[in-house]
Amino acid sequence: MKEKDIEKNTTLTELSDKFGQKYGKDYWRSLEALSQTEEFQQAVQNEFKESPVEWENSLNRRHFLQIMGASLALAGLNACTKQPAEKIIPHVIAPEKITLGKPLFFATSFVLSGYACGVLAESHEGRPTKIEGNPEHPASLGATDIFAQASILNLYDPDRSQVIKNIGQFSSWEAFLNLLRTQLEAQSGKNGAGIRILTETVTSPTLAAQLKTFLKKYPSAKWHQYEPVNRDNVKLGSQLAFGQYVETQYHLENADVALSLDGDFFSGMPGSLVHARKFGERRKVDGHHAQMNRLYAVESSLTLTGAMADHRLAMKAGDVLTFAQDLAYQLNATKEKSQHNKGVAGKKWMDALVRDLKSNSGKCVVIPGEFQAPEVHYLAHAINKALGNIGKTVRYTKSVEASPTVQNNSIRELTDDMKNGLVEFLVILGGNPLFNAPADLNFGEKLKTVKTRVHVSPEENETSEWCHWQIPQSHYLESWSDARAFDGAASIIQPLIAPLYASKSFHEIMAALNDQAGKSDYEIVREYWLSQLKKGDFERSWQIALHDGVVAGTAFPGISPTLRAFNLAPQEAEKGLEVVFRPDPNIWDGRFANNGWLQELPKPISKLTWDNAAIISPASARVHGLENGQSIEIKRNNTSIKAPVWIVPGQANETITLYLGYGRIKTGKVGANAGVNIFPLKTSDGKWSASGISVKATKEQVELASTQDHGSMEGRHLVRESSLADYVAHPELFHEMGHEPDPEMSLYPPYKYDGYAWGMVVDLNACTGCNACTVACQSENNIPIVGKEETLKGREMHWIRVDRYYTGDENNPEVAHQPVMCMHCEDAPCEVVCPVAATTHSDEGLNEMTYNRCVGTRYCSNNCPYKVRRFNFFKYADYITESAKLMHNPDVTVRFRGVMEKCTYCVQRISSARIKAKKEDRSIQDGDIVTACQQVCPTDAIIFGDINDENSRVAKAKAEHRDYGLLAELGTRPRTSYLAKLRNPNPELIES
Amino acid sequence: MSQLFHPSSNAIAKVSIFGSVFFVGFAAWVLLAIERSSYVTQAQVVVEQPVPFSHRHHVAQLGIDCRYCHTSVEESSFAGIPATKTCMTCHSQIHTTADILEPVRESWQTGKSLEWVRVHDLPDFVYFNHSIHVKKGIGCESCHGPVGEMALTWREHSLNMEWCLECHRAPEKFVRPREFVFDLNWKAGKDKKTLSDSLVQAYHIESLTNCSICHR
Amino acid sequence: MATESKQKNQAPLIEPGHTFGSVSDKISSLVLNKKTPTFWFIGFGISFMLMNLLLLAIAYLLFKGIGIWGVNVPVAWGFAIINLVWWIGIGHAGTLISAILLLLRQEWRTSINRFAEAMTLFAVSAAGIFPLIHTGRPWLDYWLIPYPNTMALWPNFRSPLVWDVFAISTYATVSLLFWYVGLVPDFATLRDRTKTTGAKIIYGVLSMGWRGSAVHWHRYETAYLLLAGLATPLVISVHTVVSFDFAMGIVPGWHATIFPPYFVAGAIYAGFAMVLTLAIPLRKVYGLQDFITMRHLKNMAKVMLATGLIVAYGYSVEAFTAWYSATEYEGFMILNRMTGPYRYVFWSLIICNVAVPQLLWISKVQNSVVGLFIIAMFVNVGMWLERYVIVITSLHRDFLPSSWDMYSGTFWDWATYIGSIGLFLTLMFLFLRVIPSISIFEMKTLVIGRGDKKEDKK
Repeated sequence: MKEKDIEKNTTLTELSDKFGQKYGKDYWRSLEALSQTEEFQQAVQNEFKESPVEWENSLNRRHFLQIMGASLALAGLNACTKQPAEKIIPHVIAPEKITLGKPLFFATSFVLSGYACGVLAESHEGRPTKIEGNPEHPASLGATDIFAQASILNLYDPDRSQVIKNIGQFSSWEAFLNLLRTQLEAQSGKNGAGIRILTETVTSPTLAAQLKTFLKKYPSAKWHQYEPVNRDNVKLGSQLAFGQYVETQYHLENADVALSLDGDFFSGMPGSLVHARKFGERRKVDGHHAQMNRLYAVESSLTLTGAMADHRLAMKAGDVLTFAQDLAYQLNATKEKSQHNKGVAGKKWMDALVRDLKSNSGKCVVIPGEFQAPEVHYLAHAINKALGNIGKTVRYTKSVEASPTVQNNSIRELTDDMKNGLVEFLVILGGNPLFNAPADLNFGEKLKTVKTRVHVSPEENETSEWCHWQIPQSHYLESWSDARAFDGAASIIQPLIAPLYASKSFHEIMAALNDQAGKSDYEIVREYWLSQLKKGDFERSWQIALHDGVVAGTAFPGISPTLRAFNLAPQEAEKGLEVVFRPDPNIWDGRFANNGWLQELPKPISKLTWDNAAIISPASARVHGLENGQSIEIKRNNTSIKAPVWIVPGQANETITLYLGYGRIKTGKVGANAGVNIFPLKTSDGKWSASGISVKATKEQVELASTQDHGSMEGRHLVRESSLADYVAHPELFHEMGHEPDPEMSLYPPYKYDGYAWGMVVDLNACTGCNACTVACQSENNIPIVGKEETLKGREMHWIRVDRYYTGDENNPEVAHQPVMCMHCEDAPCEVVCPVAATTHSDEGLNEMTYNRCVGTRYCSNNCPYKVRRFNFFKYADYITESAKLMHNPDVTVRFRGVMEKCTYCVQRISSARIKAKKEDRSIQDGDIVTACQQVCPTDAIIFGDINDENSRVAKAKAEHRDYGLLAELGTRPRTSYLAKLRNPNPELIES
Repeated sequence: MSQLFHPSSNAIAKVSIFGSVFFVGFAAWVLLAIERSSYVTQAQVVVEQPVPFSHRHHVAQLGIDCRYCHTSVEESSFAGIPATKTCMTCHSQIHTTADILEPVRESWQTGKSLEWVRVHDLPDFVYFNHSIHVKKGIGCESCHGPVGEMALTWREHSLNMEWCLECHRAPEKFVRPREFVFDLNWKAGKDKKTLSDSLVQAYHIESLTNCSICHR
Repeated sequence: MATESKQKNQAPLIEPGHTFGSVSDKISSLVLNKKTPTFWFIGFGISFMLMNLLLLAIAYLLFKGIGIWGVNVPVAWGFAIINLVWWIGIGHAGTLISAILLLLRQEWRTSINRFAEAMTLFAVSAAGIFPLIHTGRPWLDYWLIPYPNTMALWPNFRSPLVWDVFAISTYATVSLLFWYVGLVPDFATLRDRTKTTGAKIIYGVLSMGWRGSAVHWHRYETAYLLLAGLATPLVISVHTVVSFDFAMGIVPGWHATIFPPYFVAGAIYAGFAMVLTLAIPLRKVYGLQDFITMRHLKNMAKVMLATGLIVAYGYSVEAFTAWYSATEYEGFMILNRMTGPYRYVFWSLIICNVAVPQLLWISKVQNSVVGLFIIAMFVNVGMWLERYVIVITSLHRDFLPSSWDMYSGTFWDWATYIGSIGLFLTLMFLFLRVIPSISIFEMKTLVIGRGDKKEDKK
């Protein structure tokens, strides 16, 4: 039993004990004294900085354990080894509601850039172990993105900021409160004129209220908001269009035709999970219903949206405005047309698009990319209005943010004030401005002028180093809070576990500032909502809100702002090289840099891990004579950076895409010094693409770890694809692409499946390739990360990977994603060759992998045509880090060195479902078992169930004409089958 | 030249040839024997505990039901180890001064848990679920032995995989009516065969021997 | 057993002028000669150091894990399996020479069979290391052996790896017996000729009280013949079973019925190459030209030529079936071998195994010792490359292009490989030092066979 593990900051107390006696009784003194010594640094290294990626280093605890492992192993040679005695530590008083050995689920919310996504967090004996989507929550609908999935790892990250520090030395909350008192007294005279509070985007009603209270007390104090991946352009766009900040919501369920203007509404954008779900529903094609929506995408670099599009146009980010202007003109949404005579998109494409949109007015939608210029957003509003989409596919509400600000201006104001010495006391709630503030403001320099600087953040980052006070911020699973979803619906964030370290929440900090120190965040949040939920029985509605994970009736009502006239000067086509900035698909603005799962997750299109790169098109690469991994020097107004090149088909020519967030220096072991810092090139003009840059090739080569080196299908029918029209005309075409041998051909007698027969179907037509399944699987099944070096050797461990194939023209390829996990073949090649029967066939059709029987001949992996088996070449699993132990799913074995592992169809979930059913004397119903990948999938592309029950969803799916088995011609008879991919091209644009 | 070897050495040579074969066989047998001995399995070995808790006293003499302390045995994989509070429900009244109970009282006062030593300790890669076994009519006794006779608790069986399979391959040999699951004195009557068959029918008992039943 | 059917023009199997005495003297002196030649110490020293490299590599492997090698997914087998097959192949010549040629009454075998058999043993022991250490958890290898365990589990008898266990262990045991039985009379000779008591005792024990009585000789002949009969099928079976490791797999380039015959042929090919590689220097430094004559070398060269052609046929059949089966995966595999990233390995394999040995058609080459030695070396390398091509190029690009990847051996891969050669040579040197490397009494039979003046058996 793990109760004892939940003690707070074990490591810290250990540390104090370790040094306590050596340096006399007085604990705090001794530690401060210590904090300078070598020894202490060493201790910190060992205690706090243990991470799964550095088992390669010379002698450290990991190595020591390997020696242990080896010697133990050798002891195993004579099988006569006693089991070491194990303790059971029961409660003193048993807690209510917790049955040891049974998980509980709690609704809470994960927040990224202010926008909440409701989740259900699984708790084992009080330890959060897994994040699932919350079907009740409007922004989740049961799914989550990769960030929410991986957020659990941040909770247990051993590199987290763990203690309050003052100038790098251990301090205490009391000491900090004293500081506040003196500071506030000093300021109270001048209405807090010297106080600044810098937050990231705030949608939390409670926090907003606290800030307002504070500003009421200190009217001259200022509240600034900044984060690098902000939505300034969206706001400025709506400012242009409506003279106010409005939130735009897109209802893809009503859209027959959608156009994306250099955006990616499937990922990273508020409501993207909902977009994916609704879009996916409109692409579900089955026997009865053979209609599909159509998606056009115009974009600078290949995104998930572009990959999904039926028609995609690679275009410089700078040209998108020109394109939008022409489009708006042809749809009579504006008066001016661009100066580009035949249009950047080419006449044929444009005309077809225009006709398609016109003929679907009211049933179509134009979605501008968040990082496109405000004018593009204006035009999009105008076009949607002209097409009569408002109220149908497009809906407006008031802004979700508590106080919408153009954050680039906000940070500029702050730096100006700092320069003019107006700032005496700066409280930074979250964020890392020193790393990611616009380069030209050079925030760092200005920051020095501030007398007292307080930084509250989950990890000690670049900014912490420059602040007097570093206060650990509680993880969202450790503290109470609230936030709003993209539609304004508020949800309460409830913790599952007491803070692991001496961390504080923003609410507690603000309470201290509002001299309510000591008030718990629970009281604060609850009090706020007490004031809000007046009508009816508060206690009840509070409980319901907590249970559902969303406060009923808080979603914003629609508004209909009037579109203003705005004359946009005729645009020209962009000239010369252009550089495009984007948040990294995996580590966002760098806040997830120390998250191993996200670092090792292959990025959606490039399949890169552990690095960012300068993405360029094959054509441009040839023009400039560049090759993969070659380092280039990119210069923008006399600042330059060096980044390795990565060639991606479908990238717009003469366009270099740079992903932000890498090149962190001060962060944990995992993220430090990975990739290149792009921020030096990003300035306060708020532009996300810039021309007038110069590029110089260098001789240097950087090794980039990509998990898929080969993008072509070599003419093999792996992803079977056709157009909707062809499919309707000739439903059998997918089966004719490959023939399956007669199952009787096997020499071995066939298995009988009298009871259940588990099977899976993956709808390639719905899969957007968002990777959520991979992270979900990693979290559910205790899958270790292996680090860049091992990934380079081709030893990544993911049980489910998303293969990406290009077809057609390299300048504008079609992209297909294919999630591949163990196929649980009926005639599995791996089973027959295992000498010790460690991988066997269950009578429910599972291809079982029994780790503790595996001796590691790796024959099964060789013989697996799908190469989905993963081998523990070293001791990858983290047996050392205390916090990592807390995170492990207790229902899944943590695999040791030298054994094979692979997808099990989440057999632990099957088992618990079976036991539950048996205890209720019933059989397992369809939907009782939801695998981790299925649960998280935003487009519901993965279906799992009993194929013996012909009414099950999976059985129905397998009856479809689109259903086919990957490599079925080998006679493996895979249990996991695929529904072929369909595209719905515009007949006008089909090249005959 | 002088004789190096006495003629008898021929005999020795011959014997040694065959002897070696037997020796190898014997060595193998010994190894297997040791592997199953209680030295390795720790079966039948009494385990030292911080408090010399006697199941014989509490179960056989006082007749306390298993579930009074092992509360979650019917809902969860883990049968549950009683919280100190459970002990104190009685021992705040009786034997309040007994020295052997000092650790219990101490735990109650300090709020620090008692630390029992596991008697039945399965490897981490084995997933056993009490609730389903109880539900399917497998008595506590079948695995835990005559707990009522244990002054100090020991592990009755080896917990080797072959031992688990004895039952998983032929559950009918061990199944008993649900109402007697917690009865340590239950004995199958004469018509054992018919009873077990009817129970297997009634409880839908299958022989589950897929690896993933216990190993995940 | 002598036959007069030898053509006159052929070189003799033993140079004229040898008597029983001279034969015994010559050969036993190699062992009993007091001062060990310096080249022996040099050679032994080097190979001993290499052997220690092997031990080091294995120790580090156990301590760190299989990851120190270059293996990955998809290429989950690397040097370990390549070396296994290579060594097993080399291990073939010995038993083949002793057993099959014995049954075929080819007495030219006599002078080379002893160290050929020794070579077999040492090669097999070198080979035996690899399947043991290449597993992820070597300390659990014994799970491959069927025994009544507490898990109530048997190994999976459908797996070729389990067949390997039986095939290789049987082969090793029988080869050992065969070799030992053949040695008994010579141990006796040594026992009688050595001066020091210690040696007397050791050789005495080993010779198991051999007195060379008629009964002994009679029993000896029967036993030897029986073992020969027993060993013969093994020569075929071992490498057949080893080839099943691949042939039973689904991987394009492995899944082929040609594998057993072409592996066996390849094995004999490699075996004889290795015998030549060893015999040529041996006869030189020990001045055994009288016993290992040109005739032997030529015969071996002929066997190499023959088996080499079979191997070449194997390659062409692989290519042919790939085309004829019209399976896209097979077709791609062959193309990838010839033109893919590992094409250099493939083509050097063709040069070593197919092109160069054709020189053996020329009798000049057949008669030049140096020529034979060089060609043998080529074949040794070629056979290793062949296994590299089979294992690596087949795996690195199989069915799903998404999981294609490259493989290359690491320092530890090479250390283990070279180390195993060290082990082999170390054993070989020890053998040369303490055991008559040519069968003394069988040579005597040749003396009889040649019908020179007789002498009584001692």
